[in-house]
Amino acid sequence: MMHPETKAPLLRISALTKRFGGFTALDNVSVDIRPGERFGLIGPNGSGKTTLINCISGAFRTEAGTVMFRDEDITGLRPHIRTRRGIARSFQIPRPFKSMTVAENLMVALDFAGGAGEHVSAAQRRDTMMSILTRMGLASKADVSAMKLSQVELRKMELARAMATHPKLLISDEAMAGLSSSEVDEVLDLLMSLADQDITIIMIEHIMQAVMRFSDRVMCLDAGRIIAIGTPSEVMANQRVQEAYLGT
Amino acid sequence: MKLNGILFWIGALLFLAAALLMTQVIGNQYPFFAGYVILQFIVLAVAWSILGGYAGYVNFGTSAFFGMGVYASVFLVKAFGAPLAVQIATAAAIGALMGFALGLLTLRMQGIFFSIATIALTIIIETAVTNWRYVGGAAGIQIQRPEVTEPFENYVQMLFFVQALLVVLAVAISRYIHNSWIGRGLQALKDDELAAECTGVPTLRLKLLACVISGALMCAAGAPAAMYLQYADPSSAFNLTYSVSTLAMSLIGGTAHWMGPVVGAVLLSATQQLLTVTISSEVNVLILGVMLVLFVVGAPEGIIGLIRRVRGSRNKGEA
Repeated sequence: MMHPETKAPLLRISALTKRFGGFTALDNVSVDIRPGERFGLIGPNGSGKTTLINCISGAFRTEAGTVMFRDEDITGLRPHIRTRRGIARSFQIPRPFKSMTVAENLMVALDFAGGAGEHVSAAQRRDTMMSILTRMGLASKADVSAMKLSQVELRKMELARAMATHPKLLISDEAMAGLSSSEVDEVLDLLMSLADQDITIIMIEHIMQAVMRFSDRVMCLDAGRIIAIGTPSEVMANQRVQEAYLGT
Repeated sequence: MKLNGILFWIGALLFLAAALLMTQVIGNQYPFFAGYVILQFIVLAVAWSILGGYAGYVNFGTSAFFGMGVYASVFLVKAFGAPLAVQIATAAAIGALMGFALGLLTLRMQGIFFSIATIALTIIIETAVTNWRYVGGAAGIQIQRPEVTEPFENYVQMLFFVQALLVVLAVAISRYIHNSWIGRGLQALKDDELAAECTGVPTLRLKLLACVISGALMCAAGAPAAMYLQYADPSSAFNLTYSVSTLAMSLIGGTAHWMGPVVGAVLLSATQQLLTVTISSEVNVLILGVMLVLFVVGAPEGIIGLIRRVRGSRNKGEA
């Protein structure tokens, strides 16, 4: 029976296992993400963070386990259907549509996921697109080719494109890697403002300050297994996390 | 309809009117013989670019689809004496089915693997037809043209006009795709398939759609060729030259815009026709190869890309 205070999880990962040949990248991972949560995902390189995201977004097929999203089993669904159901992501290494402008990148999302099939006029779409770009601080770049963006602009554009799919769950895969500290703050503020709008966010990040500031809960993976999960300070204080990740 | 659309359809109607007028006033048969080939290649190049250009899946199977169109007509004429319109419609349906089957089997492969699979398809179908006695087998088959329909006086003139209709159809479809969400989805998956999936683009379905439309148009373009030559044999109907020429025309024209393959096809096949008459039919293959190399090295975006680059730098100069 459900407890009145606890909301049903938005995303429920149960006993997820992913192997690449003989290598087990994810080993029996189970976790619930609650609606509206800001969830930090940390772990050393190769610990399975991006693999987990690829399994949630559908880029990888899994060997065992299930992924439930809003009480529906999405384990076997193709990525584009998951996107339409409300799971959006950015990529560790930005993957813009290079032959398009920033605006066109967002239009793809609006055409195929964000309100696709509804009767929305071209002008309304343009408005939606511009309001997302404005919020991301990219309004002046709307008609610039995606190839000409700087690293921080690319990261922002990926988040903007993800936002244009109207997600319930946004997964940010190291959106701050390689940015200067002021740029990190900029992107972090953006993510915080998105979280305030009822979007659940999973953030993979190596910058611990950002993780600490951002997350309600943090999970640490090592060699495909969960070694700690809890509030940021709990996880930081965890002996195994310190050994595996923080290097003390 | 927007201004662009109106202009496009006015242009299309003017083109058809000019083609019809030509058949009424020009007595000499040669312009129609040559013009037919040019128009045929426009349809092939435009159809090719829907999958090869918009989606970036380089298809070497043009000759498979073209040959299938030719032999669909041969079969229909021999079995039922079917009229030209039925031949073309049936060929289009067969091409669509073939595109669907090819797509299902091969579109999960990317890059060069897809291209190799399409060459294999050509060889398989050619071998099958070569061994099919009913449609003439390896020796080929003679076909009798029926009476020509009014207002045309000559069968080749009629075929010329019919191929002009197919050009308008192919270009209209290609233009629609280019300007619609389908084109945007194809462009996205051409840039990055995984990112497209994760942005909500149903990549497999869109590629299949492109393959079906492209296949249907290529087959339809091949259908009248049986009547044009009054003869069909497998090694010429499935000749790899169709694949290579079509690909060269699309790439030289530029695949980023629907106009590209039209420009490329007109330019190259007109040059080929000219060379065939003035020098020899072997030289035109050489010219094709040389031009393809030049463009791949000097202007990989094709003529359309060149025009855009020139315009871009001029705009910068003004600003």
